[in-house]
Amino acid sequence: MKQTDKAFRNDAIAKVTGIAKYTDDYTLPGMLHAVPLHAPVASATVISIDYAAALALSGVVAVYTAEDIPGNILFGQIIKDYPTLVNKRIRSTGDVIALVVAESRATALEALPLIKVVLEEIPGIFDPEEALKPETPILHPDHGSNVCNYHCVRTGDVNEGEKDADLIIEQQFNTSRIEHAYLEPESALCNLRPDGVMEVLGSMQHPFSTRRFVASTLGLMLKDVEVKTIPMGGGFGGKDDTAALVCARAALCAYLTKKPVKITYSREMSMRESYKRHPYKLDYRMGVSQKGKIQFVQVRMVADGGAYCSVTPWVTWRSTVQCCGCYEVPNVHCDVYGVYTNNVFSGAFRGFGSPQVNFSIEQLMEIAAEKLGISESEFRRLNMVHQNSITITGQKLDQHTVSLGEVMDAVLKEIDYETKRKQCDFGNLTKDEWYGIGYAISYRGMSLGAEGTDFNSAIINIQPDGSVLLETGVHENGQGSESAMILTAATELGIAKELIRYRYPSTSNIPDGGTTVASRGTIMGSGATVNAANIIKQRLCEGVQTALGLQNCSYNDGAVYDETGEMAASYFEAVHMCYNKQIYPYAFGVFQAPRVSWDEETGHGNAYFTWVYGCQAVELKVNAKTGQITLLNLVAAHDVGKAVNPAMLAGQFYGGMTMGAGYGLYEDVPLKNGNPKITNYHNYRILRSTDLPDMTAIFVENRDPLSPSGAKGIGEPTLELMAPAIANALYRATGKRFTNMPLAPQVAELCKGTKQ
Amino acid sequence: MNITINGKIYPVTEALLERNLAAFLREDLMLTGTKIGCDIGVCGSCTVLVNDKAMRSCKLKLQDVLDKTIVTIEGLTPPGGTLHPIQQAFVDCGAIQCGFCTPGMVLSTYALLKENPLPTRQQVRSALKGNLCRCTGYQQIIDAVISAAETMRLSGNED
Repeated sequence: MKQTDKAFRNDAIAKVTGIAKYTDDYTLPGMLHAVPLHAPVASATVISIDYAAALALSGVVAVYTAEDIPGNILFGQIIKDYPTLVNKRIRSTGDVIALVVAESRATALEALPLIKVVLEEIPGIFDPEEALKPETPILHPDHGSNVCNYHCVRTGDVNEGEKDADLIIEQQFNTSRIEHAYLEPESALCNLRPDGVMEVLGSMQHPFSTRRFVASTLGLMLKDVEVKTIPMGGGFGGKDDTAALVCARAALCAYLTKKPVKITYSREMSMRESYKRHPYKLDYRMGVSQKGKIQFVQVRMVADGGAYCSVTPWVTWRSTVQCCGCYEVPNVHCDVYGVYTNNVFSGAFRGFGSPQVNFSIEQLMEIAAEKLGISESEFRRLNMVHQNSITITGQKLDQHTVSLGEVMDAVLKEIDYETKRKQCDFGNLTKDEWYGIGYAISYRGMSLGAEGTDFNSAIINIQPDGSVLLETGVHENGQGSESAMILTAATELGIAKELIRYRYPSTSNIPDGGTTVASRGTIMGSGATVNAANIIKQRLCEGVQTALGLQNCSYNDGAVYDETGEMAASYFEAVHMCYNKQIYPYAFGVFQAPRVSWDEETGHGNAYFTWVYGCQAVELKVNAKTGQITLLNLVAAHDVGKAVNPAMLAGQFYGGMTMGAGYGLYEDVPLKNGNPKITNYHNYRILRSTDLPDMTAIFVENRDPLSPSGAKGIGEPTLELMAPAIANALYRATGKRFTNMPLAPQVAELCKGTKQ
Repeated sequence: MNITINGKIYPVTEALLERNLAAFLREDLMLTGTKIGCDIGVCGSCTVLVNDKAMRSCKLKLQDVLDKTIVTIEGLTPPGGTLHPIQQAFVDCGAIQCGFCTPGMVLSTYALLKENPLPTRQQVRSALKGNLCRCTGYQQIIDAVISAAETMRLSGNED
């Protein structure tokens, strides 16, 4: 995409000059440092903890264990099963047994091995299928089952569908456990203020969620904890539970020592403890008619949730709702299990349950098309959702533009798919290099859907000089949400964006707007901003009417007009009149997502209030001797509703495609007895600049009538398609289907075999 | 024994010879624009210029850089509220998201353009291979480097 306008970010100058302060960049007078002692094994009972020797080390201030927690030891967003510090039972190698607090980080680290922990090991459960067996011991006796959660869809009758099916395909897919690998490891700095408020600075995605973790751990009320937002070095869904726990532990140390305490994780600690993307096993059975219509889909998914619940029920819910991809299917039988094991736990990760499904269904579609002798594009078009389609959960798509065909056409045209698909090599043994092209399509329910309460607020506070303080309940994760809010407010009010300052938000200033997840930042935050702007416009009109004795004034593009359409006051004059007439140009705007519904018994309902549509394609080549894969071209089109900040939008496209490509090709977190074998970037491969070609981002804009700003979301849709697109391209390059992730090692294996 | 950091000369005592450069910059000089992402020299977040070469400060000790000239992101920024052309290009091209890799990226770019004032996109990719970014997919960073090279060529400014 050609950028004609310069990019806008309110934090760009601070970040490019290095003065932006991230959590670990702050130092407070008298500050202490804490480090965690992680569990050496994944499953054990703690017999004793002896930390006398650690405490005796010069510079060590304290060692804390679960016994020192004044509030709740256990916390969690859905099920409160995560011990902030180990409470007798170890369930994961990410568990923290104790915290050492010292005058320096080096001293704290030196003291760690001096803590003597006596354990009684318990055989761990590392295979989710094993965990599901009735004879397997239950990991969380309070929960009563190793099934953390279960969701289903029951639509039509699969047996009936089977009668009309001319072809039935059965295929298993397995997806990888992967690491977020945000560049900034977890960090928290907590300080008990003289007014009794625990102040928290942290590298975390969700200030309000963090506040709940901290308050629960300390036994405080929400008013007594203030979480402030500062720049964060990447999250991608990964700075939710673990990051909040790090904050809660730093707060615990600060609360007990009465000194500011910082905890900054090393990369090794971060990779050991932080949750990963859920690995899934998906068993699909799909029936199609000779004419190319899908008759039924039967699917069983097992997601390894690891040792704790985290947001597994929500992640797997999205997989359930979207289990058939973006297709109309009359008969669906879907069972999805989130399972407890002793593995490192799984949680939120950009994409949130859809990348696993798309990896599978977008290959399944092509397998079916080939067997039917129909082109993969024709087969998709025959079955994909269109305007007024009914989704598999019974939702009618009639409230927004269903643009699946539009995004698909845009990508296939841009990449010249029809011409190039004929040039694919399918593992031609006479060639040294195999060319392949592939693509994938998806729809995605926007925002939280029926998984949570979905509302957000914005405050617009115009100052006497006409400058504006803006804040919303959306968190800046690095994606540019603050800039998007500023641009939205500037457009709505018809004023220069330079007049608007986004306040560094704090949980004590604005109501809980939920978490900045699910690609909901722009749609929810901008929605609230538009609604606040509409209130502000009324205030400005009131000020002008009172000052000038007018009626029925209206605000348009930076000025107030009287009922004849004559300009009565400029924006600045209107602000001045408001203050003169004691009318505050201040507004609190709320956006509440339209109602959604869900029936757990049948898996039916209007799951999401709106949907987005996307298509991504890739060209690649495979070295037939070495199996080395080179990406040649990546193209994406997504319907974003409205492009609020084009350069940042493009950045979401490129970043998501890259992460999706890495997910498909290389990324994987193998475990040993539940513990990640990866420790740092040298043994966890994320894509580097040399791994990528130039990419093309196509914006499709069908304004969404249910979004006040017209905009939808883009963060996650961009990540959920590249892995299946690559798998499809690898099929056309090598002639072999790869149904398990990661793809690159299998291609290398294949080529090794071919060579012999 | 001295080190020059951002134009200022710092004497290095015997006791400091073993001190890690990244920690010295961040903790002793409060130059926190240098970030620690991996602490083993593979992510590039801690990149600084040592005699105009991009190096990983987390892998260096003060004794490795005695009598050398070090520039951190703070030192690259001109005084008076302006930006270096490379910094300006990063801002204008949308090359910044979370910003954690940005200082290292900017300094690696500086070292590249010093060696090769008009690189191709592929040469830029190779030069930035050691700097990880998890947000941007690198594309707008490459755009920024190409744009900065052009600006610097037009102004004859290689600094």
